[in-house]
Amino acid sequence: MYILVVGGGKVGYYLTKTLVNEGYEILLIEKNPKKVAIYGERFGSVVVEGDGAELTTLEAAGAARADVVVAVTGDDEDNLVVCQTAKRLFKVPRTIARVNNPKNEEIFKKLGIDVTVSSTNIILSIIEQEIPERGLVHLMTLKHAQVALVEATVEMGAPVAGKSLAEFNFPPNVVISAVMRDGSLILPRGDTVLMPEDEVIALASKESEEAFRQMMTGS
Amino acid sequence: MKVVILGCGRVGARLAQLLEADGHQISIIDSELASFDRLPETFKGQTVLGTGIDADVLKAAGIEDADSFAAVTNYDNTNIMACQVAKEIFGVPHVLARIYDPGRESLYHELGLETICPTTLVSTTARDILLSLAEQPAAETLPIAQQLNESRIAVPVSTVNATANNGGATTIQVSQPIQPIRRVDEKTATNGKRLRGLFNRNS
Repeated sequence: MYILVVGGGKVGYYLTKTLVNEGYEILLIEKNPKKVAIYGERFGSVVVEGDGAELTTLEAAGAARADVVVAVTGDDEDNLVVCQTAKRLFKVPRTIARVNNPKNEEIFKKLGIDVTVSSTNIILSIIEQEIPERGLVHLMTLKHAQVALVEATVEMGAPVAGKSLAEFNFPPNVVISAVMRDGSLILPRGDTVLMPEDEVIALASKESEEAFRQMMTGS
Repeated sequence: MKVVILGCGRVGARLAQLLEADGHQISIIDSELASFDRLPETFKGQTVLGTGIDADVLKAAGIEDADSFAAVTNYDNTNIMACQVAKEIFGVPHVLARIYDPGRESLYHELGLETICPTTLVSTTARDILLSLAEQPAAETLPIAQQLNESRIAVPVSTVNATANNGGATTIQVSQPIQPIRRVDEKTATNGKRLRGLFNRNS
């Protein structure tokens, strides 16, 4: 597998280092000649100087035969253009863009980027998991951005507490996928009864999220 | 028409001024406060401080009911992203991006973005001028403006002659008049639209 990484900042550096050690064929494209020189000494000839958003650079880097292009610069607009150029012009099967501004994650998906990674969003959801009052935690937004994997803890006195899945009227487009109780995983069926302190993982559409949260928390 | 402009550099400021003189409502965005000093004191439009690839900033500039959007910052990727956000996320009917890199400009033009490439325009026109000044023929005539996406409009090339007048300044005389551009579109009325030439006719 041939991987092109654009952007030699901290993320690009460690990504390249890891991938090289795992034995992948990789090329890192970085604009700053000083960095290129330093990395060249450390990694060998897997670093090349250039602007990864320019067609000529991507062409010289063999983008046409790349399996994956990963854009991890510190600027979202650069990452967008790198991925769009790789995909539309060079027909790279898989493009991954780092997204610095969390609001751009949804925008990038709408603009056709296959995979986006927003470390801010990931850290946010980890923080949220530690805050019980929040109610609903976003674990993952699925590719089409209209559905998310969410988690909520059943609270005492919540509408759903003490009821079985079959008898409770769930909002449309909510699928209960897993129930964690006392550290064990329960795969839910119609007769599974939800108890307070159960952690419920569900697939929920954007429109149904609030309704799902309310029935889990009673507020 | 409500126009949002991203970038209050020399081009952005001038564009805002021109469009306002044409009677349109302008909102202009820049990330530096000092940039707005380029606008004339008579400017009546709205200025917004912020980065134009941020949806909140665009909303503050009224992108949600804008008719047109132009991205003329110095940075190609910013202009490209801002126009896509304006068009695909906010549904602005007409967007225009300035893209200096001819390769990128060509790609995004093919992807459906209306674009303007100063590199191509200036190099082609400069070449025409220099050849005319030296009275040399051109190996290849080139259009001096882009084809617009919807209507397949191209500006025909005019040969340019330059003559020095008494004062020593050079005036450019267009040997063939620049044709007015007509929209080739069955759905709309037959009113023609003129594309302003890059140089003035010698009267």
